[in-house]
Amino acid sequence: MAKVRIPAVPASQITPEEVWRERRSWLKRSGLAAAGLGLMGLGAGRAVAAPAAGGVEPAEAGKLWNAARNPDFDLSDALTSERDVTTYNNYYEFGTGKADPARHGGALKTEPWTVSVEGEVARPGTFDLDDLLRLAPLEERVYRLRCVEAWSMVIPWLGYPLASLIRKVEPTGDAKFVEFTTVTQPEAMPGLRSRIIDWPYVEALRMDEAMHPLSLLVFGVYGKPLPSANGAPLRVAVPWKYGFKSGKSIVKIRFTREQPLTSWMKVAPQEYGFYANVNPDVPHPRWSQATERRIGAGVFAPREKTLPFNGYAEQVASLYKGMDLRRDF
Amino acid sequence: MAALQARPWTARQVGFFKPLLFIVCLYPVIRWLWLGFHGALTANPPEFLIRSSGIWALVALCLTLAVTPLRRYLGQPALLRCRRMLGLFTFFYSALHVLGWAYWERGLSPPAMWDDIVQRPFIAIGVLAMVPMLAQAVTSTRGWMSRLGARWHTLHRAIYPIAILSVWHFWLIRAGKNDFAEVYAYGAVLGLLLLARLVPLEGRSGSRP
Repeated sequence: MAKVRIPAVPASQITPEEVWRERRSWLKRSGLAAAGLGLMGLGAGRAVAAPAAGGVEPAEAGKLWNAARNPDFDLSDALTSERDVTTYNNYYEFGTGKADPARHGGALKTEPWTVSVEGEVARPGTFDLDDLLRLAPLEERVYRLRCVEAWSMVIPWLGYPLASLIRKVEPTGDAKFVEFTTVTQPEAMPGLRSRIIDWPYVEALRMDEAMHPLSLLVFGVYGKPLPSANGAPLRVAVPWKYGFKSGKSIVKIRFTREQPLTSWMKVAPQEYGFYANVNPDVPHPRWSQATERRIGAGVFAPREKTLPFNGYAEQVASLYKGMDLRRDF
Repeated sequence: MAALQARPWTARQVGFFKPLLFIVCLYPVIRWLWLGFHGALTANPPEFLIRSSGIWALVALCLTLAVTPLRRYLGQPALLRCRRMLGLFTFFYSALHVLGWAYWERGLSPPAMWDDIVQRPFIAIGVLAMVPMLAQAVTSTRGWMSRLGARWHTLHRAIYPIAILSVWHFWLIRAGKNDFAEVYAYGAVLGLLLLARLVPLEGRSGSRP
């Protein structure tokens, strides 16, 4: 397991104000009557998440990873077990089998770890993991994850809005897309020897998608730092899109003018579109997307209906106003 | 060939070996049950069982199609006595594969199954392979053999197109992920087993010690 040093950070450097403002406007937009409650919840989450200045004791590390759950992003669905979340993964760099990432993940070297920010930004540069961890307070959010393969999980992620990082690096007016590149470590990742994908794995979001309050930069899961199988040491989680849109083990974030050619679009453009929004009405060529199998529900549990935008339509449908999502799948 | 067929097995000897082969062929079922009791059918048991039964159907198909070449190259004609059993195991695992799809993917709803068949070529090809196999399983008895006479052989030669359709079905499944290693492996084995039938035996025997 990666040992992440917990930075000593004055509260003033945590710059949560942008996050707050973003959330406030989002709450207004989505018309949540419980806005006041939500802000109270955020306050509580921050109090726990903000590491005390001065010490980098293990106890402090415990606090960081035990960040309070943000009640605005909780679900009534039962959580998928930690074992299933961390051992049933698609992470082809480690192999195409679902157990391969957990089996080989231990060899991934996550220390030191840097993320280079490039392209259409006023403040490009290289961030190490500590820089990123101190950028905003971690909070726990329970998100549904819907794989394009028609199975789903409910996962308690730890992270902060991707928007916090994006604002920090000041994208220029020309930045229309954000591209995420996954690490390649041939000595740890036997799957890189296969030609399934033109490595490295690249995913991307439109700027407004990346800035959406639901888009999370994730550092942990189940109150612990991310295991390699889930994309250690940092990944994104975009819950209204199929899982493959959420890049893992990110080493590069590039802001672009043009829509990047993402990995699965390169492999099979007729099967995987750029948007890849969860959509029960647009079948995959080889299977229906109308229903999904909830992992852990039991061998004979019936399939569940898949919801448009994975149940997040109220929050994100407006991003795609006027678009034909059957064509732009 | 003489060196290889020092002593042809008798029907009785093969009959003694057959129950052992039967138990070996049940290995996948025993394994599934064992994994099931130990909660080790992965986080997605339906997907695991559907895929696993499909793979074992291919393995059984390879074994079935290996009987004729083995009889020839080993000079053991009595091995014929195992062929029906292996063929029925191929049908057994294929049927479990189809039932798994029908139950877990389509909720046993005929319209939903039909939709899948007409919308997805790989499903249609799988069904196309399954229909003649069902006919072969039904007509595998002695009674049907004599009733059908020469037509029995014609019907059971459908195993060759079934093998090709099965590999095609497998290929289409893996095509989206560009992941063909296993497809090529099974395709190569089945291809060799089919080719082995075309090679005249006399031409080869001369080159052997």
